Order: sequence, then C-alpha cells, then structure tokens
Amino acid sequence: MDLTFERIAVPIIETLRGDDARVVAHGSGTHAATANPVEFGCEEIRVPSGIVRHDPADMTVTVLAGTTCRELADVLGEHGQEVPLDPADDRATIGGVLACGLSGTRRLRLGPVRDAVLEVRVVDGNATLIKGGGPVVKNVTGYDIPRLMVGSFGTLGVIVQATLRCRPKAPSQRWYRTERDPFAVRQAMFKPTSILWNGHETSVLIEGFEQDCDDEAARGNLTEAAGNGSAWIFDARSRSHRGRISVRPTDVRATMSRLAMDSSVHCVAEVGVGTIHVSSDDVEALVRARAAAVAESGWLLRESGGPLGFDGFGDGVANSGLAGRVKSAFDPHGKLAPGRMPL
Amino acid sequence: MGQGRARNEPLELALYSRDAGVQSGAASAVCFPRSADDVASAVRAATRHGIPYVARGSGTGLAGGATPLDDALVIVTTQMNRVIAIDTHDQLAMVEPGVLNLDLSRHTRPLGFHYAPDPSSQQACTIGGNVGTNAGGPHCLASGVTSAHVLEIEVVLPTGEIARLGSLAPDTPGYDLRGAFVGSEGTMGICTQVAVRLMPNPPEVRTLLLDFMSVEAAGATVSGLIAAGIVPAALEMMDAEITRAVEDFVGAGYPRDAAAVLLCEIDGLAGGVAYQVDAVRRIGYEHGARNVRVAANEAERQLLWKGRKSAFGAIARIAPDYYLHDAVVPRTKLVGVLESIYAIAREQQLTMMNVFHAGDGNLHPLIVFDGREPGVWDRVHAAGSQILRTCIDAGGVLSGEHGVGMEKRDLMPLQFSNDDLAAQGRLIDAFDPDGLANPRKVLPSGWRCGELNQRSAPVPEGTWI
Ligand SMILES: Cc1cc2nc3c(=O)[nH]c(=O)nc-3n(C[C@H](O)[C@H](O)[C@H](O)COP(=O)(O)OP(=O)(O)OC[C@H]3O[C@@H](n4cnc5c(N)ncnc54)[C@H](O)[C@@H]3O)c2cc1C
Repeated sequence: MDLTFERIAVPIIETLRGDDARVVAHGSGTHAATANPVEFGCEEIRVPSGIVRHDPADMTVTVLAGTTCRELADVLGEHGQEVPLDPADDRATIGGVLACGLSGTRRLRLGPVRDAVLEVRVVDGNATLIKGGGPVVKNVTGYDIPRLMVGSFGTLGVIVQATLRCRPKAPSQRWYRTERDPFAVRQAMFKPTSILWNGHETSVLIEGFEQDCDDEAARGNLTEAAGNGSAWIFDARSRSHRGRISVRPTDVRATMSRLAMDSSVHCVAEVGVGTIHVSSDDVEALVRARAAAVAESGWLLRESGGPLGFDGFGDGVANSGLAGRVKSAFDPHGKLAPGRMPL
Repeated sequence: MGQGRARNEPLELALYSRDAGVQSGAASAVCFPRSADDVASAVRAATRHGIPYVARGSGTGLAGGATPLDDALVIVTTQMNRVIAIDTHDQLAMVEPGVLNLDLSRHTRPLGFHYAPDPSSQQACTIGGNVGTNAGGPHCLASGVTSAHVLEIEVVLPTGEIARLGSLAPDTPGYDLRGAFVGSEGTMGICTQVAVRLMPNPPEVRTLLLDFMSVEAAGATVSGLIAAGIVPAALEMMDAEITRAVEDFVGAGYPRDAAAVLLCEIDGLAGGVAYQVDAVRRIGYEHGARNVRVAANEAERQLLWKGRKSAFGAIARIAPDYYLHDAVVPRTKLVGVLESIYAIAREQQLTMMNVFHAGDGNLHPLIVFDGREPGVWDRVHAAGSQILRTCIDAGGVLSGEHGVGMEKRDLMPLQFSNDDLAAQGRLIDAFDPDGLANPRKVLPSGWRCGELNQRSAPVPEGTWI
C-alpha cells in the first residue's frame, strides 16, 4: 500500500475543515487516560503505521505516527540502532509517545523524548498540513515546532509523521543493585543510564562497552543483579491509579519521604532526573501523592485513574496566557482534543 | 534605567548597527540593562512608543540576528554577566545571559563539570546569544546543541511580562515554551536568566588527527564512522586551503600537504575510549587515511584544537573579506555535496575553504575574497545561493547553527511551504502580538499580522534615562 503522509493527511484535513469538528488522535490507547479526558463526542482519528525511511548510515528514521514503539525497535534493532523512547508498554505508538511527551527511564543518560525529534508533519486545527523542523540531525531553520508538539497532548496538531534521531545500541546493558544511598551513587558515577529507587532498593542500569560497565560499577560500588528496576514500573501497570511526579532532582528525597507516609502508594524515583512514578489501588492515593509533590514545589500528571473530578495537571498549565495564545495560533476553534489540557 | 546606561551617540550607534554578519542596519539608541526589571522597562517603554527593539549579546552572530532594523533600540545584555549559582548535585548552573560561553566552563571545570555546547566563537559569545541562536559547536555531536542543555529560562516577553519557561524539574505542565524560545533569535522576547545542564568532565579524552589525500576520502571516513555506530565527542573536517592557512597562522602541527584532515575526539571511560580510538584508526585507514595520529599528551591535544578554533583568525590574514555559510546535509551525502560546492566555487571563480562540523553534516563553506574587486559581491552571493540550493536538494536545511536572521529570511520558502510559514507566523504573533521584538527577522515578509504598520518613530528625547 502506498501510504504517504500527504495521502494520510487528506481525510484528517477533511474532518478538521468541519465547523463543528472535534477530534482526538488515537494511537494504541496505552495513555488514553493520561492528562484529562477529552470532551464527549470527539471523533477518533487513527494514523496508519509504517516505517517511511530508515537511513542506517545517517542514523535517522522517518515513521508514520501510528507505528508502534515495538515495530520501530524491531526495524532499528536489525541495524544495531534504537530510539530510546522506552514506553512502559511498547504497543504505544510514536504519535502517542510524542504527544504525551513522556520520557523513558533511560532519560538520565539519553535525554528526554523531545530531544529525539528532528522533524514533524502535523495537521493543525486550521486544517492545514504543516512541517516543522528538518530531516537532518542539526537544524535551526525557522521556529522550533517539533519541540512544541512534544507534550502537547494532541491539542496543537495531529501528528502524521515524525523523523527521529537514532543512536547506536550500547554493546552491553547491565543492571545492578545496591543498598547504598542512591544520591551518593549518582555522584560517584560518570554517566549511569538509569538509577531507579523505590525507597528501599536501588536498581542501576549501565550501558556501554563491557569494560565501561565494570568501571562504572566499581565507581558506584554496585553488584550485578538479575532482577531490575524497570520491572517495578512495568508492574505498576496492574494498578488502576497512576501518576508521574516531576520535582527538582534534589527534592526527590524529600518527596519520597512524604510519599512513604502513604502505605498504599508504590513509588519509583528516577534519581538524578526528578521523575517519580506513583501507582496505587487506592482511588484517593493520587490526591495525596499530588499534595506531596506540590509541597516540594513539583507537580503530578495523572497517567490514569484518580477520583472523579481529579484534574490531570492539578494547577493548570504554566504561563497560561502565552500558552493559550499558542493554542489559538494552531487551533483557534478548539477542535483538537478539547478538554485534554486546561487551556 | 540608571544614568549612562542608555546612549545614542553616533559612534556608539555605529558600533551596534550590525553583528558579525555581512549586512548592516541602524540603531536609534542602545541600552545596557543590569536586571530583568531593567530589560522589562526597556521593552515596555519601546512598546509604548511603538519602537522595535533587538536583544544583543556580543554581536558575534553571523546571520544578522542582532542587527537593528527600522531604527530599533538595541538592548545589550553584556552587563548582566553574573554566574548566579553552580549546583554540582543537580548538575546545573544558573547564569545571566551576558556570561561568556567559555567563562561558564572556566567556572565549572575545576568542579568536575563543563557546559557542553562550545561554539568556535566561545571566547566572545554569550550564553544569551547562544540561547537566541540555539548555538552548536564541535562537541555538540554527541551531546546535542544548546536546546538540549537549557532547562529553564527567565524571559521578558514582548508583552512586558517576566516569565519562566521550562523548569528545573524534568517536566513542565503545558507546552514546551522553553523549546520554542530557544533559537528564536530575539523575536520571542529577551532572556534574562538561564539554567543550563552541566556534564561531568570525561575521565579520558583522546584527540586524533587523520589526514587524507582527497576530500572524498575524508568525507567517506565520516560516513563510515557514523554508519559503524561510532559517535565521537567531536568530528571536524578541514580542507587543504584552510589547513595550510591555519598551519601558517598558529603552527598546530597539521600536515601542510594534506587534501583534508579530520579532527576527531573520543571521550568517556577508559575501556570505551580505547575501543573507539582503535575503531576510528581502522575505519580511517580503510577509507584511505594517509596517517592517523593520536595526540600524545594534553599539550599536543590543545594545540590540535587551537588550530581548529583559530580557523577564522587565520583567514583574516589571507583576504580582507570572507563570507561564511552554514547548512546541513544528511551525513550520507557529504561527499557528493562537497564536490558540487567546489564546482560552484570554480564556476564563480572564487576561493573557497571548508572547515566544518562533519560529524553532523553541518557544512561551513567559506568564501574568501577582496570586496573592493568590482563585481565580486555578485559572484559571492550567486555562489552562496547555489550552495544553499544544493544542500536543500540533497535533503538538507538552510542553517545548522547560525540561524536565519536577515540573511536567510527570504530563502525560507526553499525549505518551507506557504502553510508552514503561515503557521510559524501565527506562532510568533502569539509571542509578540505587537510585532516589535526584532521584527523582519527569521520569516520573510507577508506571514505576520499587521506587518505593514510597523514603521517606527525615532526615540523620543529623554525616554531612556
Ligand atoms: C568566528 C566565529 C565562529 C563562530 N562559530 C560558531 C559555532 O561554532 N557555532 C555556532 O552556533 N555559532 C558560531 N558562530 C556564531 C555566533 O557566535 C553564535 O550565533 C552565538 O550564539 C552568538 O552569540 P552572541 O552573544 O554574539 O549573540 P548576538 O550575535 O549578539 O545575538 C545572536 C541572536 O540572539 C539574539 N539574542 C542575543 N541575546 C539574547 C537574549 N538575551 N535573549 C534572547 N535573544 C538574544 C539576538 O537578537 C540575535 O538574534 C560563530 C561566529 C564567529 C564570528
């Protein structure tokens, strides 16, 4: 099937032309409950999947937004490459991961998801197909629309296609355990890939050349372990109420102490990053977890669940005046994912 | 703003009428704020009088970004140059925009950290200017350009409000306005404080010099390295002309008879560094390197880098004028594009040198000439636009790090459709509803609201003191 982004965009543009159009892009639904629910009656748009172009020697890949992270990983893996998106559920689509802007647990070393995006093609609320960025690894031509699309929860445009930066997969990838203070471990190490701490145990991921892993492990005084911390985050998916706290990295310890007062909450902190994944079977837990985050000048994004009327963001969005004007620039009539973000 | 911090003497105005690019403008006044509040009052006063204003750091920009058009007020941030805090625990630094790029790393290196983006102009350019242009540098290959290192910025928006975009926490609720602002070339407001990420100094660093008998072999080596999954910390290329010029200028120990050299840096932990140094050597020889030399000590390493960083100083000795271009192509296309670029220079009878960030395909064709020669500027401009078209045709972009400014504003349609430009116009209108923040930059005319009624009156006497 010949699926070009131009062809795919045609029906999306058609739909968005309608005066009363209300649409929401739907990927695999792994994060359909993240942020706020869209208004009732939105038309679901599904973007097809497909690898448009992978240029292994240039380390860039262009995909249709409906491509799942698993499909992408398989194709890139054949060439020893990857894009470290790392969603907890790899059925998540590229469009969904970018729209939610949720970085994976290797962010400490590999950076946030927004840094992997080179070019996007989106249909905005004006029903026009627009391009932002460029297909090469370095580019400052024009305004940085790709960065704006990442984390916009589909409220600025329906992502149709994206070009991403690939990286060579590390020759080795090893998990370690330690009883030491995770913050001290972080200071002692050079570039750990991930330091996950559940309040009791610390699980450290090191990637690199064989000898580098040994070197880093020695710096952190770590012991190699069979189990690993990413399983903690994976396990959290079985709990109905999930959120993601964002605090300044130094405030992770204090936030974790506050969270520890609630025995129903499971927490996994990304030390050095400032993300804390919380999950619980108790419907009120997200309310308490949000209070803990706010007390440390952070915030909590709902990933799923929480009590009726629980807002996805809490205190609204930052710089709401400017954010509102940006929203109007791309979607003046509020056709895209209405309700999803408090704007 | 206090006495003496706003001026309009002719000499001063002339000094601020252009940046390091080729085009000039004209300023009506220049001011030197010391705080965000100073900047905000300048912006508000300018807005009240309908006068455009331009943020300026050191004015080393090459695209005319800081060049005042329409008798703009120039707001210079060089007196806001404090390093406010260095936090080695969170691995970040808070600085004012006028801090020089190199000064920041000078402050942090002894503490075991550095600020990764290192433009070749780093001794002179400011962090605020780097945010303005989303600057790159040799060491951005592995660690990313400015945007990937900026966590949070305090900005004076064109509406006169002071806002913080981004955060020290990893995610900010709402849109990535920080990301939109970085690289906006002063058109979205003026940043007054920046929190940047610091990187740990690598335990091991090795610098290699590979020399080649042809530019093609050097280009093929670059593609070969990338394809083999080697991501050096830096991978820079210099062709024969520039290598000789640099050698004459600083004596960096480059081979004078090479057709091209690659300067490659590998850093990290010992094991990986050793492995990658071997890989670079092997891939270099496989692609026809004549010699691969690893700097034996820190002094030799510094000297190799001094050569690369003195390239522009070296040129000043050869010809009175130069025009430095900036475009990016996919790394797989380097060899072919370089061939076409040399052909363009031959056709236009111009001397061309190439010194560039090869690892990310960021070309910097440099035309050297004597501007007094009749008709030469026409040939320089003709060659420039042919080069840019060649890069776009190869799947590249107009600018990799210098920005669009005035220089490439009218070339934007080469890369973007009308719909793309209209979307960018709406975005910039959202930030700058009055259209006074560095107007007529980045976007060609016709894509913003109310563009036509932006002609300004001269600065009323006494407004700034
Ligand atoms: C010899 C030489 C080598 C160079 N090498 C490189 C290189 O390797 N990589 C690279 O990226 N660039 C390079 N440049 C270009 C230039 O140094 C960079 O663009 C640099 O970031 C400009 O910093 P500046 O302080 O001089 O800013 P200016 O030139 O004063 O301003 C640049 C732009 O940023 C805006 N701006 C300035 N301050 C602020 C602020 N506080 N808030 C918002 N906007 C602001 C201005 O309006 C303007 O649009 C080089 C230039 C020269 C002359």
